[in-house]
Amino acid sequence: MTVTSTAQAAPPSGAEPDGPRRRRPRISKRSVPYLLLAPALFFELLVHIVPMLGGLWMSFLRLNQFFLREWMSAPFTGLDNYRFALDFDGAAGVELLQSFGVTAAFSIITVGVSWVLGLAAALFLQRSFPGRTLLRGLFLVPYALPIYTSVMIWKFMLDRSDGMVNATLSDLGLGGERFWLLGNNAFLSLTITAVWRLWPFAFLALMAGLQSIPTDVYDAAAVDGAGLWQQIRTITVPMLRPVSQVLILVLFLWTFNDFNVPYLLFDQAVPSSANLISIHIYQNSFLTWNFGLGSAMSTLLLLFLLVITAGYLMLTSRRSRNA
Amino acid sequence: MRHRRLSGVIVLILVLTSSLLAGCAREQDDGRTLTYWASNQGNSPQQDRRILNEEFEKFTARTGIEVDVEVIGWGDLLNKILGSAVSGVGPDVVNLGNTWAASLQATGAFVPFTAERMRQLGGRERFLETSMSSTGMPGRPPSSVPLYGLSYGVFYNKAMFREAGIEQPPSNWSEFVDVARRLTRPSQEQWGMTLAGASYTENAHFAFMLGNQEGAQLFDSDGRATFASPSMVSGVQRYVELMSEYEVVNPDDAEIGSATEAVGNFATGEAGMLVAQNSAIAAIRAAGMEDSQWGVFPLPVPEPMPEGGEAVRSHVAGTNIAVYRNSENKEAAVELVEFLTSAEEQSILNEKYGSLPVVTDAYDNPAFDTEALRTFSSVLADSSKQVPMIPNENRFETTVGAAVRDLFARAGTDRSVSRSDIADVLDEAQQKMRSGGGSTR
Repeated sequence: MTVTSTAQAAPPSGAEPDGPRRRRPRISKRSVPYLLLAPALFFELLVHIVPMLGGLWMSFLRLNQFFLREWMSAPFTGLDNYRFALDFDGAAGVELLQSFGVTAAFSIITVGVSWVLGLAAALFLQRSFPGRTLLRGLFLVPYALPIYTSVMIWKFMLDRSDGMVNATLSDLGLGGERFWLLGNNAFLSLTITAVWRLWPFAFLALMAGLQSIPTDVYDAAAVDGAGLWQQIRTITVPMLRPVSQVLILVLFLWTFNDFNVPYLLFDQAVPSSANLISIHIYQNSFLTWNFGLGSAMSTLLLLFLLVITAGYLMLTSRRSRNA
Repeated sequence: MRHRRLSGVIVLILVLTSSLLAGCAREQDDGRTLTYWASNQGNSPQQDRRILNEEFEKFTARTGIEVDVEVIGWGDLLNKILGSAVSGVGPDVVNLGNTWAASLQATGAFVPFTAERMRQLGGRERFLETSMSSTGMPGRPPSSVPLYGLSYGVFYNKAMFREAGIEQPPSNWSEFVDVARRLTRPSQEQWGMTLAGASYTENAHFAFMLGNQEGAQLFDSDGRATFASPSMVSGVQRYVELMSEYEVVNPDDAEIGSATEAVGNFATGEAGMLVAQNSAIAAIRAAGMEDSQWGVFPLPVPEPMPEGGEAVRSHVAGTNIAVYRNSENKEAAVELVEFLTSAEEQSILNEKYGSLPVVTDAYDNPAFDTEALRTFSSVLADSSKQVPMIPNENRFETTVGAAVRDLFARAGTDRSVSRSDIADVLDEAQQKMRSGGGSTR
């Protein structure tokens, strides 16, 4: 697209047969990129930046039911909400710390297991065999299902009295009276449900990564006597590193912020063993109407994830350079 | 030059953003249509819409004002009310749980029912005194008025009582536990009673009722939470030990998140008793149980009554109705409240929903003269107490309700819950309530 700004010749005097002549808009070549970026910037501001700044401002206010209607007039309390959230001698601070620990464990396990399952499935489907296409489609079903549907399926399956999990355990003689949505088992249920939803994404990404590894590398390794396990360890995993780095980061951010799975699985009655930080923030904001404190906790979570992301990217890029 | 151009683009974006946000303002309406957010009172939102629209046809014929009804489930109602309070975009008239009255009054979202407005509704004295006690903070004009009256009672399965040789409903707490034991046959998957162990609202209500029976006060004279008092611990202990100690409640009930699910257990004969509000009647009928198959008796109290204890058999339960301050049709909205609280509509709507009229002049309808509804209305009028009408009442429900939920989770999994366990979780709830973290003015 070329846009030129040429000086228009003076129109001849007298009436013009074709009506008044239109002046072409004067858009310089340098403005085009900015104009093309403007819609994206506009929506980024609208959807991301403005609400985020609003949330940050709220975290410095005593924003509760008394000031909800005119939240801009809520008293400014400085860092009080942050101090309260991080007061580990108080109930809120202790709970924040507990939910942080639960969330960290949940994220690490979920991401780790999803990556391993995804890699195993991708390797399994690398070789051609009858029914491979069907199996590939089946593997993607959990990722394609709406989140509400997939979590509800697990909720029914994990029900103590009528659930399939306990019925199966009972048939196998392993005792079918366990609670899966209460007590410490709730953490396991949450993790299994999250892994079930996430591993197909890992599978998809790693399968794409595997396509970029030349087959002659494997052939050469086989000639040298390397077995399957050795090939995976010394060729596949190292060559998948760039894909894995991005994949692990994305999965970690998703799981650390996960609100939908615990909320749908346990409703508002989330057991402490599965009380993720997103649920903790929701409870402090929407159940006790303490939106200032909720915003402070959200900001702390954002800062933590920024630090983690920056650290991870520095670490992985350094490793890549040294590799 | 380039910087100027870039800043021009940014300014343009900011202007567009602000104009788009400003465009979210409440649109003008014609002044002849009211928006009404109705709580889900019946078996389904569809049924509610049908019932209400039939009545609103009369209202439109009399006043020329149309009513656009949206039925909202109880699980979403509070968040929607909060959202509309913040944005200023919402309905003209809204239903609310009466225990939220003071908390929502604090938001300033609703129009106060001044003496003049109460006169428009026929005067304050028309309303049941107990129901009027849950309409907002003491000493202030109510920010909502009662619409549907509810109270707790114990539903019992008559056939199961006969089978177990129980001739009389229990008259005190120890008899109640004894009856529940006689009805319990785990081998036949039959239990003495059913409850919603994972519902924090139900748990908070029981903690309040049984705590009051033991002489507990939720707050001291300075307004500080006293959830961990020995009497409160005793009240909660009586509720939890139905599952943990006496084993008259199916441990599965620790997973039940709403009273509606518990109704299912009662209606199918899995449980002989159910402590629920009269709104459960419609659900029991919908589950296929005939009225002749069940009876109701008031929630029993300990005998002798502990020192300082009160014979509280229910909290003042019910649904209120309020008018939004942001409504552009306030007068029409108050007219709608006047219509819904008229003797005629109170009689029709409460009969259809199985709830109780909140105005004295609606009780002439013989439909309210059944044994069950007489029990509920006498409990509401004579043995119910309102939950504290304080701005942070919602925090009491979430903290104590969640604490009791965790106790049921423990009772369901390992069945041993000691008094000190109960004291610990209530103390934690008390700390949360006291610390508040900026949740007070």
